[in-house]
Amino acid sequence: MAQASDPHAASAPGGDANDGPLTTADGQPLGRALRRSQRRAKRRAFLLVLPLLAFILITFVVPIAQMLQRSFYNDGFSANMPQLSAWFAATERGTDPDDAAWAALAADLTATAEARTIGVVGTRINYDMAGTRSLFTSTGRKVRDGIEPPYREALLEIDEKWGNPRLWSVMREASSPVTTNFYLASLDRTRDDDGNITMAPENQQVYVMLFQRTFGLSLLITVATFVLGFPIAHLLATLPMRRANLLMILVLLPFWTSLLVRTTSWIVLLQQQGVVNDLLIWAGIIDANGRLQMIYNRTGTIIAMTHILLPFMILPLYSVMRTINPSYVRAARSLGATSWTAFRRIYFPQTLPGLGAGALLVFILAVGYYITPALVGGSSGQLISNMIAMHMTDTLNWSMAAALAALLLGSVLALYWIYDRLVGIDNLKLG
Amino acid sequence: MALPKYASPLEKAWHWAYLVICTLIFIFLIAPIIVIIPLSFNAEPYFTFTDKMRSFDPDGYSMRWYDSLLTFGMQAPDGPRNGGWWADAWNNAKWINAAKNSMIIGFFSTILATALGTLAALGLSRPEMPFRRAIMAILISPMIVPLIITATGMFFFYSNPCSVLGWVGLPSNCGRLAGTYTGVILAHATLGIPFVIITVTATLVGFDQSLNRAAASLGANPRTTFFRVTMPLILPGVISGALFAFVTSFDEVVAVLFIAGPDQQTIPRQMWNGIREQISPAILAVATILVLFSIALLTTVELLRRRSERMRGVTPH
Repeated sequence: MAQASDPHAASAPGGDANDGPLTTADGQPLGRALRRSQRRAKRRAFLLVLPLLAFILITFVVPIAQMLQRSFYNDGFSANMPQLSAWFAATERGTDPDDAAWAALAADLTATAEARTIGVVGTRINYDMAGTRSLFTSTGRKVRDGIEPPYREALLEIDEKWGNPRLWSVMREASSPVTTNFYLASLDRTRDDDGNITMAPENQQVYVMLFQRTFGLSLLITVATFVLGFPIAHLLATLPMRRANLLMILVLLPFWTSLLVRTTSWIVLLQQQGVVNDLLIWAGIIDANGRLQMIYNRTGTIIAMTHILLPFMILPLYSVMRTINPSYVRAARSLGATSWTAFRRIYFPQTLPGLGAGALLVFILAVGYYITPALVGGSSGQLISNMIAMHMTDTLNWSMAAALAALLLGSVLALYWIYDRLVGIDNLKLG
Repeated sequence: MALPKYASPLEKAWHWAYLVICTLIFIFLIAPIIVIIPLSFNAEPYFTFTDKMRSFDPDGYSMRWYDSLLTFGMQAPDGPRNGGWWADAWNNAKWINAAKNSMIIGFFSTILATALGTLAALGLSRPEMPFRRAIMAILISPMIVPLIITATGMFFFYSNPCSVLGWVGLPSNCGRLAGTYTGVILAHATLGIPFVIITVTATLVGFDQSLNRAAASLGANPRTTFFRVTMPLILPGVISGALFAFVTSFDEVVAVLFIAGPDQQTIPRQMWNGIREQISPAILAVATILVLFSIALLTTVELLRRRSERMRGVTPH
């Protein structure tokens, strides 16, 4: 940069100018010495960052990459059922299972039953076809005692579900460790017997609705924090510094208070026998029998999350509003604008950088929220994060959790990129 | 905010309405935090102000929930309160153990995050730093990526941290970090690092680089320059960053839920269990203590910020 702005640099690259090369005290050409020292400074700056970069890569980036790999890679079937997988690989889709296939199935089932990995295989198939895990485990128990050819008849004798063409189609899908099925399932799609993508059955379509709800609620919460945060930020920005600092404590105290404490407070305030209902009854707004249900549902999630994320809107708005010169509004007023026009045309446009920063930050944080919806959301206030947690801890469908996490992460990173473009990460401030 | 003398009646009305609206929003912000404090002294196991509390009858208030924080989990909670009783509380009471764990994990993860973060912030604020923007984006990302995703990734990684080596054909099993203090400390350090980076780089923006050059020209070597000139000036920012990192660890529950074992029960996890299973006013007693704790932290950070501004000659405008 320094070289490009130097008018002599173009005519004298590397220091060999017409009137003899400029040199340093020890005789080196000046340009080379400069480049070397710039390289050294660059290296030194990078070495300072390197330990942390390595730390973050190992403890954060690699774990997430490793987890995302599960969303498209699951060898639960293919690694444990090698013979049948080989048969699938050798035949066309839609081929009816022949004697070789049945023999491979019987051999693999016997081997996995003895290695006690048949549960893994059953679980993998169960993801795509509910109710099949028990088919594998119960068959496994029987084939361990010995199985005689003809295998087709023997297996159908154990359980006639083995003849289901849908099961064979699902096993064919699972015979390749790389699969897009978990992403399809995250979008409420599935594959039919011929491998075409179709909508999942009506009663299993939950994920698209959950994504919509997550984004819808996050948008609503962002708007709510804007409506509540804008007047506060404006008040703080126009008050004298000393009083603004005092009031700022009221914004920063919730910011510094534990998330769980704030969530607990809202449970206490909003529950049916809680303080807000008592106040409303005392004020005669509602009847003692008509206590409002404000917690353990979507309302609870919205109220608690708005409260928790409000400081993230106020702080960037405030820091931008502080820098707005009040004489612009005064000039507009003196030129005949009403106070509303002056606000709308002069003041508000100048707050947009702060508004954009705050809104993006609140939205990004809201989309990934887990704790508050889990504690106060009931069933109608659950977000996509809660579904990921459910797949991680309850259903143990880790590939599904990874696929949902990948979609959520993708949208958050896209927003993060926009934030970096518009606001710049350097401008992120905390209090 | 004073209105000019020429304000019309409509403007005056709007001005007062605006102040009322602001007051209501401030109440919304602060009331939830304040209201739990008196409720934690409730003599009854309810979450509402009883008639006795409303008439300020001393019988309506008690310390029973604070007492239950000590006795919960003790082997002999009803014995006489002598040295043995206190030893029992110190060793067995669940909340005390949780507090000890939170402190240990918070302390070490803060040290780690602050040391690495400050070093990196020094590099990042040098003008010649290559790929500055991209690296900064990576280092801040633990704050942006949803915690549930981070925790899920850590759950797999920490149960077998060497599995990655298997990708390049090296032995891929070397014990586990999940369920150990080391694991939780590393996880919390990762989550605290963005806060250290943000606060320390913000402090370094106002740092006058010519001071370093002056020190060097007077014969100080880089180490002396750093410890005698740079460090004292950026120390308030470093301490604020450390406090942020500590609070992050102290308040973190998702990663703990996923990677900690039963030995690493922390205060947030204990609260989480309490809220999910059966919520009792004992939770409010803990919450009250934590609110007082955050007031203390906020005061410290605010004092540090002012000190930093004074030292750097930035006067509040």
